[in-house]
Amino acid sequence: MTAVQEQAASEIGRDRRRKEDMRLITGRTRWTDNITLPGMLHLAMVRSPFAHATITSIDTSEAKDATNVVAVLTGADLGEAQGACINAWAITEDQVTPPHLPMPTDRVAFAGEIVAVVVARSAAEARDAAELVDVEYDDLPAALDLKEAAEDTVLAHPDLGTNKSAFWKFDSAEAGTGGDVDAAIEKARGDGIVIEREYRQQRLIPAFMEPRSVVVDPTGEQITVWSATQIPHILRFALAATTGVPESKIRVIAPDVGGGFGGKLQQTPEEMIAFAVGRRLGKPVKYTETRSESLLSAHHGRDQWQKLTLCAEKDGTVTGLKVDLLADLGAYVSLVGGGVPVLGAFMFNAIYKFPAYQFNCQTVLTNKTWTDAYRGAGRPEATFAIERLMDELAAELGEDPLEVRRRNWITHEEFPFTTVAGLEYDSGNYELATDRAMEMFGYDELRAEQQRRRDAGDPVQLGIGVSTFTEMCGLAPSRVLGQLNYGAGGWEHASVRMLATGKVEVVTGASAHGQGHETAFSQIVADRLGVPFEDVEVLHGDTQSSHKGLDTYGSRSLVVGGEALVRATDKVVEKAKQLAAHLLEASAEDLEFAGGRFGVKGTDAGITMPELASAMFAAHDYPEGMEPSLDAEATYDPINFNYPHGTHLCAVEVDTETGQVQLRKYACCDDIGTIINPLIVAGQVHGGLVQGIAQALWEEAVYDESGTLVSGSFTDYLLPTAADTISFDVDHTTTPSLTNTLGTKGVGEAGTIASTPAVVNAVVDAVRHLGIDDITMPCTPERVWKAIQGVAAGGTTEGASMPHFDGDEAGTHSTEGAGA
Amino acid sequence: MIPAAFDYLAPTSVDEALAALAEHGDDAKVLAGGQSLLPVLRLRLNAPEVVVDLGRIESLRGVRDDGDALVIGAMTKHADVLTDPLVAEHAALLARATHHLADAQVRHRGTFGGALAHADPAGDVGAPALALGAEFTIAGSGGTRSVAADDFFVDLFETAIADGELLTEIRIPKYTGWGAHYEKFVRVAHQWPIVAVAAAVRVEGGTIAEARVGLTNMGSTPLRARAVEAALQGQPATDEAVRAAAAHAAEGANPPSDLNGDADYRNHLATVLTRRAVLAAAGA
Ligand SMILES: Cc1cc2nc3c(=O)[nH]c(=O)nc-3n(C[C@H](O)[C@H](O)[C@H](O)COP(=O)(O)OP(=O)(O)OC[C@H]3O[C@@H](n4cnc5c(N)ncnc54)[C@H](O)[C@@H]3O)c2cc1C
Repeated sequence: MTAVQEQAASEIGRDRRRKEDMRLITGRTRWTDNITLPGMLHLAMVRSPFAHATITSIDTSEAKDATNVVAVLTGADLGEAQGACINAWAITEDQVTPPHLPMPTDRVAFAGEIVAVVVARSAAEARDAAELVDVEYDDLPAALDLKEAAEDTVLAHPDLGTNKSAFWKFDSAEAGTGGDVDAAIEKARGDGIVIEREYRQQRLIPAFMEPRSVVVDPTGEQITVWSATQIPHILRFALAATTGVPESKIRVIAPDVGGGFGGKLQQTPEEMIAFAVGRRLGKPVKYTETRSESLLSAHHGRDQWQKLTLCAEKDGTVTGLKVDLLADLGAYVSLVGGGVPVLGAFMFNAIYKFPAYQFNCQTVLTNKTWTDAYRGAGRPEATFAIERLMDELAAELGEDPLEVRRRNWITHEEFPFTTVAGLEYDSGNYELATDRAMEMFGYDELRAEQQRRRDAGDPVQLGIGVSTFTEMCGLAPSRVLGQLNYGAGGWEHASVRMLATGKVEVVTGASAHGQGHETAFSQIVADRLGVPFEDVEVLHGDTQSSHKGLDTYGSRSLVVGGEALVRATDKVVEKAKQLAAHLLEASAEDLEFAGGRFGVKGTDAGITMPELASAMFAAHDYPEGMEPSLDAEATYDPINFNYPHGTHLCAVEVDTETGQVQLRKYACCDDIGTIINPLIVAGQVHGGLVQGIAQALWEEAVYDESGTLVSGSFTDYLLPTAADTISFDVDHTTTPSLTNTLGTKGVGEAGTIASTPAVVNAVVDAVRHLGIDDITMPCTPERVWKAIQGVAAGGTTEGASMPHFDGDEAGTHSTEGAGA
Repeated sequence: MIPAAFDYLAPTSVDEALAALAEHGDDAKVLAGGQSLLPVLRLRLNAPEVVVDLGRIESLRGVRDDGDALVIGAMTKHADVLTDPLVAEHAALLARATHHLADAQVRHRGTFGGALAHADPAGDVGAPALALGAEFTIAGSGGTRSVAADDFFVDLFETAIADGELLTEIRIPKYTGWGAHYEKFVRVAHQWPIVAVAAAVRVEGGTIAEARVGLTNMGSTPLRARAVEAALQGQPATDEAVRAAAAHAAEGANPPSDLNGDADYRNHLATVLTRRAVLAAAGA
């Protein structure tokens, strides 16, 4: 463990405006779709309208004859050159993994799957010709409902003989990290409390701002691929591994990327097809998806059923937790795929000292869009489950939900703490964060108001929801990933280049797509080298300049990538010190380094970092036995995960006449350790909160009974805007992480993980006195109102979309199933 | 999101536009603000060969005072309806409804006439126009005709405008001094209404002398809640009286069931929203 350094930090902690924002906001930058190469061709995809069907024939002749069409290709035409979409994480050795071709040749397994690609001189001509491709299908029964699919009644892939992909289990008694949960439950049934619940994690769509886009240029010695991706390095590996093109012949560039939220943590069929077509035709090609295609076929997130059993003593001390999950993989086991629920496996016990724990997860194949990481990936699901249960336990006891939590959480004196799931939490102070959050929230006053409204029978009831979350982030120690059978490591790489003019180039293997790495990393380097913030340039997202990296996801960039950067920077300082001692004719021990200058103690003599960089560039005079370079690099493999935590409090008003939920107040105090840039942190927290609140109240990917995505546009997939949210009260406590030099913890996913249960707890709390103990997400006004009427509060969302854009105004219509 | 290719015509008079429509028949589509038509084209739900843009016909734009009525040109933008002083004075209900329509961008492109011609039962301007007894001026090759609001909305996306015809003006009788309120129920702000209620009332000395109530998205067309109107007449503008009248809101309605709610829920919402809309309009 490295001690937290104390230093006069002039940049760290400063709320610098993001240096990348001007170009990102004005769009004067290189998004993938802005790239236009000489002779570039455009692709349009032909997608299956059926969830599950045999492809009986594909007639491309008419499309081939269309104006300016260069080629129309199917999976059969491309053959092995199309490569494959990989699953990097078989969670069990016997995981059932259907082969995943970018364009299947015989059978489609979800509506939206690509069956042919049209190549034309313009995007419009490609789109026009795509309509002329005549594909005949034989409809097959589709496995759509997750629970039914788990029964294998209808098979998503008939050849596999089952929909059950993998069963993953953790048991604290077997692992030696805790007791036997079944025994604990048995005992509680006799003399304690047993809370049994089933919760639905609805399917969500990441809905990043920039639709995915890919450009492939095969005309150089290296094939260059620009992609709107979070993972240029992993993509290059996957392209090479599945097409046979040597990795050294592929250069992948993620230029400026407009958001991802995990949704661009993928190796996509579209990328593979563009790569194959570019190679085949020897011409640059571009594919940019439409928003409809993005919602339909970019991977979805969440989609679980959670069966939960929490047992406790009569006083509310929890004695065990058992989790049985069904997780919908969709049609294929995607890049991380079944690993997403496994990432949650270690987090159901959250901040609590549960003595016994068991986690069982069955991953299931269905004929829907495949699922994968979405902001929080596994951890929001886990946090939701446990934080909902803790509120239920409190209700059972008739106690305040924060009291029950206090009784069960790890106190700050108890760190480092090894949890029942086997993780070592290095630091934290739940008491402090909770006290601060309660103060900001005005907890007692709001409770009093709630009571008044209940007593008065006010049609608008007030509810208060609590979520005291922690998460594991900073993915990830490579050895741990190895034990979990993940296909790669979790290290990160950084290098620092000292330019002749004293400017600094920093290369990181993390791949920013909106997070503000350029600013935060510049702040870190500026402080450590003592150079101006403006003099630091951060390069990323290009495998040519950043040859080594594992990209950006899982709140890893700062805590893993930042630590690699710290170490590389410190090596530069070490080298610079040798050079300084040589030039100043002093011994290294007599030098002190401050503000970017090495001074000889007790004298005026000194030399600055830029001067040293210039001197080393000239290399006229440097120490014997030293290479003439101050540059340095570092690869850092984290020794542990990182455990941010926080207390989130939400108040909602529920209009009992309509079921409408209105946010009233939201206060949170997150402990994310040392903060590099408060402004960036505020942005991450705000955005994260809104995304988590949206799961609670608004967003859901809904399919109809034939497997068509009904919420296939933003008319029906309800993303909130600023008009739907309120001002958040955000604050922080600072318990530095002990596992990295700067004491930082991840913040990218915190808001999303914490907020969903806070909101749902608040909604349920508002109407609990009416006999309600659950409302399925999203808590739509209809669901809330029906719960109040005593009708089932949950179930699945069904029904048609709203047909506002109708193709044929004069035609005949029915309100249901119009689906336009 | 690239529409199929089409020819584009931009006539500068209604006659020219009608001639273009007559020439191209079924192959042509009229373009107003494009806020409904363009998504349709871009999603490739329709692919007309000719698009006839009304945007350059000056005579179709603007609000004018015509004695006992206001006349609103079909091409008047939502944003202009929203801020027009005549509308505020004599047909406040329209402004109230337009205020909640989509977002500022859509309101600066979309038109009053385009929205009415589109006849989306979830559209925000249909129910107010119906409740206020608007008259629709429709021009065709044989001249112009006037259609009463009750006859204008035929079905989902279907109006009395026949092929080859244009909606040119909408006449709204003056409701000077009436209270008005539009109660729109949505899950997120930029959404079409799940249900909305448009209410205009004339209150005399605490009594509701007259009431006009229209329902949005409670059937395949905008609806008039006539039972509510009748029940309100002569009643005091109190919560109790209005609640009793509003209980009739869903009578004769046939709302859709979709992602945002089933028909039962919408029927219930209609009664709650009607009560709220009428009370707000009455200033109670
Ligand atoms: C994101 C978004 C959100 C929206 N939200 C809402 C909302 O909340 N509430 C709401 O009410 N509306 C909403 N709308 C629709 C908006 O009101 C549109 O402006 C309106 O529905 C159509 O008006 P337009 O002028 O754009 O017509 P267009 O889109 O140009 O035309 C619509 C249809 O009417 C026909 N047409 C147009 N003008 C005439 C005419 N003079 N004579 C004959 N036929 C004609 C066209 O041929 C076409 O079929 C939304 C639209 C968008 C894009």
